[in-house]
Formats: sequence, structure tokens, C-alpha cells
Amino acid sequence: MTEDLAIFARGLRKSYGATAAVAGLDLAVRRGEVFALLGPNGAGKTTTVEILEGYRRRDGGEVSVLGTDPARADAAWRARVGIVLQGTGEFEDLTVGEVVRHFAGFYPRPDDPAAVVERVGLAGKVRSRTHALSGGQRRRLDVALGIVGRPELLFLDEPTTGFDPQARREFWELVRALAAGGTTILLTTHYLYEAEALADRVGVITGGRLVAVDTPERLGDRASAPATVTWRDGGETRSEQTATPTALVAELATRYDGGEVPELTVTRPTLEDIYLNLIGER
Amino acid sequence: MTSLPVLGARQGGIEIKQFLRSREAVVFTMLFPVLLMAIFGAVFTQEITPGVTFRQYFVTGMIASGLLVVGFQNLAIQIPIERDRGVLKRLRGTPMPKAAYFLGKVIVVLVIGVAETVLLLAVANLFYGVDLPATGEKWLTFGWVSALGITACTLGGIAFSSLARSGRGAPAMVTPVALVLQFISGVFFVYTQLPSWMQQVAAFFPLKWMCQGMRSVFLPDGFAAQEPAGSWELGRVALVLAAWCVGGLVLCLLTFRWTTRRDG
Repeated sequence: MTEDLAIFARGLRKSYGATAAVAGLDLAVRRGEVFALLGPNGAGKTTTVEILEGYRRRDGGEVSVLGTDPARADAAWRARVGIVLQGTGEFEDLTVGEVVRHFAGFYPRPDDPAAVVERVGLAGKVRSRTHALSGGQRRRLDVALGIVGRPELLFLDEPTTGFDPQARREFWELVRALAAGGTTILLTTHYLYEAEALADRVGVITGGRLVAVDTPERLGDRASAPATVTWRDGGETRSEQTATPTALVAELATRYDGGEVPELTVTRPTLEDIYLNLIGER
Repeated sequence: MTSLPVLGARQGGIEIKQFLRSREAVVFTMLFPVLLMAIFGAVFTQEITPGVTFRQYFVTGMIASGLLVVGFQNLAIQIPIERDRGVLKRLRGTPMPKAAYFLGKVIVVLVIGVAETVLLLAVANLFYGVDLPATGEKWLTFGWVSALGITACTLGGIAFSSLARSGRGAPAMVTPVALVLQFISGVFFVYTQLPSWMQQVAAFFPLKWMCQGMRSVFLPDGFAAQEPAGSWELGRVALVLAAWCVGGLVLCLLTFRWTTRRDG
């Protein structure tokens, strides 16, 4: 049953002292999928991801990542997994090219380091010392080190924090290209539009549990949630919530004799509305 | 998968590259013992016994201390900093084996240690009347005392690196330990003139035995009578240093942490 799953967790638990960071979390990520984990700070996202990466021990529950328990991770398993942590140490006195080449040497079938540097958009910086890079460029180097081993599964923990919009778009293209090549990606992010742009499915963590999982379009019954229809009527903006927006629009069309309904819009809740609702902020 | 010796050698290569590029580290690591040698060498000029000056005694101890600084002090400070900055955590996420990381550290320490020793030996020989080992046998003793000594210090340094909670706290913990060892092990003072309890404490640690081994190489044979046991005790030197190598290795493997404590 778990063969087509890259990540499987059931009843995952982890406490720090008396505080339960992860409290019975269930998660299943299919091979080849881009899965985004959303959740407020302190919800248990990073703890969960670090257990899956083999960095932290769990207190209880079942976990399988690429068919192996990450608590018993060996070199062969690590060669199949790429990790981009939140803010990690750089090798300050080395150049971008040197670091990427050095890391490529850890893996049994690495990608061409020069091509990887190019792919993350650092081709012009290959001879720069890493301490001379900007925050966004450092993050790209982190990504380069995460993918140089050609992983089957890639963890991206808040990868685009500090990116400008242009850099973020370029990064999205990179993630899409990796996904198109068959890489499974588990992404955590604070940017809901990023999850919407990249993820096949989205999971929301709060209080150490996964409270909802679905495609970005359908999360939290978003697709069937009441729509809001607004239009302008005699100098005044009118707004109506309805489960049957098509019927309302048809009725409005009749009311305006088949002409244009002034300033007509039909909107569904945004992913952000649904998310805030799920984590109990609304 | 690439073999461990190759991975270790590459790790060593990249460590040496990083060391050479951080100019402060090069200057301070290499020149601090030379500076100490120059200061003490200028101050203490009296003879300890006929034909042996305190200078010669001290300079011999500084060669042993150089190994302590390069192996122990350097690593015990540097590794917590790397741990704090997340360098170790990142390496842990790759298939690189733990042993390759240790091997890389050992290689960089050996290279710096050899360079440091050559430098100190040259200064000692040119300015402080310390003769190079006269016989093949003395060179051999010099070789194994240095090799065992630096290995013990390196492993001790890696093991000690797990004690510091943070990179910021590491120098404050490590520097006094290294300094106190130098005071009680017969570097800054003649060992046999120290209070006996101090001698007994020092005898638990490698530096005292490294200094004694070095004296057997560089001081006249007659000076052996001035040692605590009335001889150089080279067999015991080898034994204690080897025990520290084994114990240090075990401690490294048991206590080494890739992440900071708050990081799980």
C-alpha cells in the first residue's frame, strides 16, 4: 500500500518537555507529487519535516520515507534525498563553484555542478566567495546543494524567504522543472500564493496535526463554498453570497435586459481565506 | 559510492583551502607560539643545570605546545562554530560519512602541525641554541612523539568540541584549558619545580608527556637525571599518549553532535 508513496506517516508524535510539537500527525505524499505544508509558526511544521529528513527522533508513530524509516537513515538513503534547510551555514571562504563541486563529490550519481549552478541562476557568481553573495543568492546556493545529488525526494523548507518577485518566479520555474523530471517535492512555505502556484496538493498543519489536505482549488471545500456576486446598481455596490452564482448572474442578466450588468464580479474564497479559517484565525 | 579515503582526502583538501584563505587564522595559529617563544626566550636566560638553559627547556616545550594549539585548541573552538552556523547540520544531510569529516579535520591538523613544527624548530635552532636531533634514533623519537601527540590532541579537541553549548562560548572554555595545561605540564615552568600535586594533575594529560618526549630529543642525555623518574620514560610516554588516542576516539564517537542542543 505504501509503495507508491514517497512519504508516509501515521500517528506521528514528538514532544519537547511537556509541549507536544507534533500530536498524532498523518501524512501521505505520492511519488512525483509537489506537496506544500502550510501552517503558522509553532504549528509543528519544521519538527515534522526534520523527523522526515532524519534529523530528529520521533516519540511515536510510524514513518516511512522512500521506503525507509528515516530514524535509521544510512548513506544510501541520504543519497536519494535532497534537503534545503531553513538558513544553513555557508562555507564562507570558498567560491560557489568550489562548494557545489565539493558536494557533488558526496553523491554516487551527481548532476554536473556547472549545470546546477546555471540552473539556480548563479552562473555569473561561480567564482565569487559565498560570503559575498546576497541573501537571495545564498538561498539559491542552498538549493543548488540540495539538488546536485539528483535526489528522488527534495525537501524545501521555506525556500523563497527573502526573494524578490523576479527571483521567486525563476525559482518556481526551477521547482516545476524538477517536478516535471519526476522529483517528489515537499515544500513548506508561508506564502499561500506560492503553494497555490506550485503544489499539486496542500496540507495544513496546526496544533501538531494535519487538519486538511487537498488540491489548492478544493482545500477546505473551497470549490463548493458560497460565492460572492457583486455588481453596481444605481450608484450603489450590491453584494450577495450564494451557493448558486450562475442562477443569480442569469437573473441579473434578465434584470438588465440581456445587457451588461455593471461592474459584475463572481469570487470564491481565496486560499488565504480558507487557510485562516482552518487555523482558527477567523 | 566513493571510498572513505577519497572522501576524507577531499574533505581535507577543502579544509586546507578554507584555512589558507582565512588570513587571521593562518597568522594567529602559526605565529602565536613563535611570539611566545620570542618573549620567554628574551626574558629567561638562566641555566637550569650546567649546560642546559631554561630557554632550551622552554623552547622544547613550545614545540609540544604548538601541537596542542593546532590539534586541541583549534578544533575545540572551530567545530562548535561550524555547528552553530549549521555547517555540520548541512553535511549531516548528505551521504558523506561521519568518518570523512573527522579524517578531513585530521588531515588539516597534520598539515598545519607539520608546518608549525618546522617553523618553531627553525626559530629554536637559529635563535635559541636548540640543536636539531643528532641521530636517526632521536629523529625517530621526535617523529612518533609528534605523531602520537598531535593525534591525541586532535581527538581530544573533537571530543571537547561537544561540551561547548555555542560557538561564542567555545573560546572561553577552551583557551583556559590549553593555557593551564601549558603552565602545569612543564612548558612555562620547569616541571620538577612545580608543587607535586600540580605535577600529579598534569601527568593525567598528554601535554606533560609530549614535553618530556621532546626533551629527550632536544636536551642533552645527561638531563634525563633531572626528570621526575630520573630517566626519559619513553615507554610510558608512548603508553599514555596511545591511551589518550584510544580514549579520545571513543569519546568522539560517543559524544559527537552534528546539531546544537536546542536544535534536537
